[in-house]
Amino acid sequence: MTAWLDALIQGLLLGGLYALFAAGLSLIFGVMRLVNLAHGDLIVLAAFIILVVTNRFGLNPFVAVLIAAPILFLAGFALQHVLLNRTLGGDLLPPLLVTFGLSIIIQNGLLQIFSADSQRLRVGAIETASIPLGGGIAVGVVPLLTLLSAVAVIVLLNLIFYRTAIGRAFRATSDDPEVAQLMGIDHQRIFAVAMGLAFVAITIAALYLGLRANFDPSIGPARLLYAFEAVIIGGLGSFWGTLAGGIVLGLAQTIGAQIDPEWQILAGHLAFLAVLAIRPRGLFPRAQD
Amino acid sequence: MPLLETRRLTAFYGDFQALYGIDTMLDQGETIAIIGANGAGKSTFLKAVAGLIQGAADSVVLDGVPIGARPASDILKLGIALVPEGRRLFPSLTVEENLRIGGYGRKMQGPWTLDRVYSLFPFLKERRSSATPTLSGGQQQMAAIGRALMSNPRVLLCDEISLGLAPIIIADVYAALPQIKAEGTSVVLVEQDIVQAMKVADRVYCFQEGRLSLTGRPRELTRDQIHCAYFGS
Repeated sequence: MTAWLDALIQGLLLGGLYALFAAGLSLIFGVMRLVNLAHGDLIVLAAFIILVVTNRFGLNPFVAVLIAAPILFLAGFALQHVLLNRTLGGDLLPPLLVTFGLSIIIQNGLLQIFSADSQRLRVGAIETASIPLGGGIAVGVVPLLTLLSAVAVIVLLNLIFYRTAIGRAFRATSDDPEVAQLMGIDHQRIFAVAMGLAFVAITIAALYLGLRANFDPSIGPARLLYAFEAVIIGGLGSFWGTLAGGIVLGLAQTIGAQIDPEWQILAGHLAFLAVLAIRPRGLFPRAQD
Repeated sequence: MPLLETRRLTAFYGDFQALYGIDTMLDQGETIAIIGANGAGKSTFLKAVAGLIQGAADSVVLDGVPIGARPASDILKLGIALVPEGRRLFPSLTVEENLRIGGYGRKMQGPWTLDRVYSLFPFLKERRSSATPTLSGGQQQMAAIGRALMSNPRVLLCDEISLGLAPIIIADVYAALPQIKAEGTSVVLVEQDIVQAMKVADRVYCFQEGRLSLTGRPRELTRDQIHCAYFGS
């Protein structure tokens, strides 16, 4: 019984990581209907940037994130402004092809610079610290921080989207880019700001990716897959849905692993397929989509 | 000098030419109506003025400044707001959010504030938190006009604001125009409903197949002249 309860708690915490992977993807899909196939590789790239800042300046990764986040915001803004805005239009194929190409470039670029060696972000004793809950169950501090950060990111994104002028501009542009221009909204700039914000979410996801496990240049596509599954399980365009999607995925994986350790990944994909079959629009779809 | 002028304005959709050298003028505080049959180029004219279709810089001139090549987001900032055909409110935004976003690109001090729009269309205040798809057609039209007013425009472009509405509702929508004019806003109305257009307009332009077929003051135009300019002889 304890083992099952433990699996549920660990699944919930793992869901926080998947929700972080998915938050940026959910944001850019929600605003500009862009499917970014390089999303997973961008998380890995951000993890390497945090690693470099950590090593170069001898900083704690939590501090390094504060330096990396504004840099990555600008990188996201520039990427969208210079490259991805040119791919958006009527046809779905150009953004898919360009972000797929970007994925290959990032993977090989990282391989060239950092080699295929596994890396890890180090934060000292906190890595192994845990809080006992009684009954033989304990939660790790880093996994708990991951879930809390995921909730914080989702709350912040919701506040930006539903309580600020730029959030209204995001939603209006998503609804009708042509009429949004009539409101004085430069939709290309709005898309670039959205990508910048997505990159900040990516940076936070990268921090926990690097704290919880080893990473190397090749692991991006699998993170993309988890992010996709979380977004689709939750329902396109809903941030709380994305958090729920991440948690469903995390729970499915730990429950699967509890039955048989080999089933961990498979169980996550099966949960995704089950949601697609039963509720193709996800658990919390946005009303207008 | 007129407030807004189009000079030999042309517009294309790909290879198809929709407008052929349109010359119009709008003075400060004036209301003009553009009438014409379906496909005459009326909406295209408004889109070209609003910057959704860009052309030669000097084909649209605001206060002596050529603006014909500027994008729509710039045109709004210069003080020209469009109420698009079919209302096109943002469905993800509440009524109040739709109004607020109208002033996003042009935060000008002026007569039109959220409270003033609510006093013009009181029911919008009651429905401020509603999703716009739940409003009736007439209510949506008033919200779309309110949204455009929130930028305190110098020129308000209205595309078929009577389209698809019952006559009694059309009267309600048009009842707002005198108040808008009273604030000094110049208005360009595109209408298929000739009777409504003639009632409120200071001058009328009739389009036929992308060309200007008639210009004049409503009182000076005869029924036959309009009929001929509207449908062709």
